[in-house]
Amino acid sequence: MAAALPSEGMAARIEALRRITFVDVVLWGMRILIVFVVVGGTIGTLIQGRYTGEQWFDNFMFGLMIGGVYALIALGYTMVYGILRLINFAHGDVMMCGAFTSYFLANGLYRSGYLDAHPVISMILIMGLAMITCSVIALVVERICYRPFRHIRTLAPLICAIGASFFLQHSFRGMYGSSVRAYPDPVWLEGEFEIFGFGIPYTQPFVILIALAAMGALYLVVNKTKMGTAMRAVSEDRDAAAMMGIDVNKIIVFTFILGGCMAGIGGVLFCMVYNQIYYFTGFLPGIKAFSAAVLGGIGNVPGAMLGGFFLGVVESVGPALFLDGVGIRAPYQLRDLIAFTMLVMVLIFRPQGILGERLATQRA
Amino acid sequence: MAVLDVQNLHVFYGQIHALHGVSLSVDKDEIVTLIGANGAGKTTTLGAISGVLPVAEGEVSLDGQPLGKIMPHDLVKMGIVQVPEGRRIFGRLTVEENLGMGAFVRKDKDGIVESRERVLEMFPVLKERMGQVAGTLSGGEQQMLAMARGLMSRPRVLLLDEPSMGLAPMLVEQVFGAVQQVRDQGVPVLLVEQNAFMALQIADRGYVMETGEISLQGSNRELLENEDVKRAYLG
Repeated sequence: MAAALPSEGMAARIEALRRITFVDVVLWGMRILIVFVVVGGTIGTLIQGRYTGEQWFDNFMFGLMIGGVYALIALGYTMVYGILRLINFAHGDVMMCGAFTSYFLANGLYRSGYLDAHPVISMILIMGLAMITCSVIALVVERICYRPFRHIRTLAPLICAIGASFFLQHSFRGMYGSSVRAYPDPVWLEGEFEIFGFGIPYTQPFVILIALAAMGALYLVVNKTKMGTAMRAVSEDRDAAAMMGIDVNKIIVFTFILGGCMAGIGGVLFCMVYNQIYYFTGFLPGIKAFSAAVLGGIGNVPGAMLGGFFLGVVESVGPALFLDGVGIRAPYQLRDLIAFTMLVMVLIFRPQGILGERLATQRA
Repeated sequence: MAVLDVQNLHVFYGQIHALHGVSLSVDKDEIVTLIGANGAGKTTTLGAISGVLPVAEGEVSLDGQPLGKIMPHDLVKMGIVQVPEGRRIFGRLTVEENLGMGAFVRKDKDGIVESRERVLEMFPVLKERMGQVAGTLSGGEQQMLAMARGLMSRPRVLLLDEPSMGLAPMLVEQVFGAVQQVRDQGVPVLLVEQNAFMALQIADRGYVMETGEISLQGSNRELLENEDVKRAYLG
């Protein structure tokens, strides 16, 4: 009888095999597929040599530019999450509202020639209007959709956020129609200059520098001011912060205003990159910025900045680098696919994001 | 007149009647301790005083002024600060930022600088650690920081919840020494402690709580010599 029983080592091995579930197999399959696409695609593309250095550089710069916009929007998601543990899904549409409102001012300035004649003042006015609009709408959404649920642990605020997102989209559609409008294209952003033999359109440094300046300002506010420190304190321990005399509601309002300002700047820049605006403009950059925030580690301010640039560059360079090499035609159609595949992969394999905070180590 | 006066406090957790009319007072220049077994209602009492828990009945007054229903963050402005159980310092902020948050309600820049110098004199260990992230401090240092942070608002009375929790005996002595210093600096302390013996050593007066009521009160000497207290809490 004893001979019929499997030996101890054998039993252990069977036990180990039994512990490998179907899900494990699928996850490993996904890992292998991704490594294959990334490595194989890259090698394939480089061997084919279909793209010139100039094209690579163009893609990279475009990625940095659009990544800066994603980063600005992502900051709004990440700060609100840090304070309220809530994904503000209306944030992309808040951005649209600001950009859309500023469109009317920008268009007026453009038609009168003022935008071309006085770029600095015009841009300050346009962005200021967008920032104010975004902040006000963000505060209204917070007051109506989130505050009533502050002390209730349900999905209600999340569902409310999605509802607010639709509400904003369709109220702008109702007010201004569903046609795509051309966002003004000032004459001083036309043309390009040359560095190391590569041509760079003026739009790119313009967007990247404004995005960096806005992020630098935000970083200083969050890290060096009393309100910013209180924000970080509330995000760490809301009750202890209240015991120290910090008015938590005030901090939440402050957070939504900061996020709104970043979204306002991001929205104007986004529209200046693509030269168009309509009621649905906020959706895609909103979701991508959310992906960027998760990618960087949601709740983490530098993470959102890093995640934004990273996502922008990968989705811009990725189609040519990874997809072309594995024989996919017209890879640029799949840009968005790359962005959202990254979101799913991060959630599965590294839910804490690049800078590794939160979600995984959340306090109860 | 007592600095802090609590009359007939009742608190409910849903249907459960947690505090049945607790009355106590803290005078100028004294440490008053609230001792009792786990679940006797010590922390609940503190929570009711500092406005974190809703009070069903009873009254808290500060310097003779009844406080009524006030949000916790406004109570800090009036001078009641609680140093919570488990310290609850902001672990990702630096020591300096933590102290700054303690002074959040104050606007007088010079006064804040002066207060900071005073608490650093009281807790010199913090001085070398000002730029350090608070989460990296040892347990004893974190307790010191929690007290220092509480003192930064220049309170009229300091509520201390279980400062000795989770600390090695030597550190407990240090922390309790610091509590005495707080009193000597002119801030009366209401001290909630499981470690009844240590608490009575430094306190001027004490209250013993049992199942939501004050069952006994007296000076520290009386309580230390009381047979019931000895049997129940001092072993």
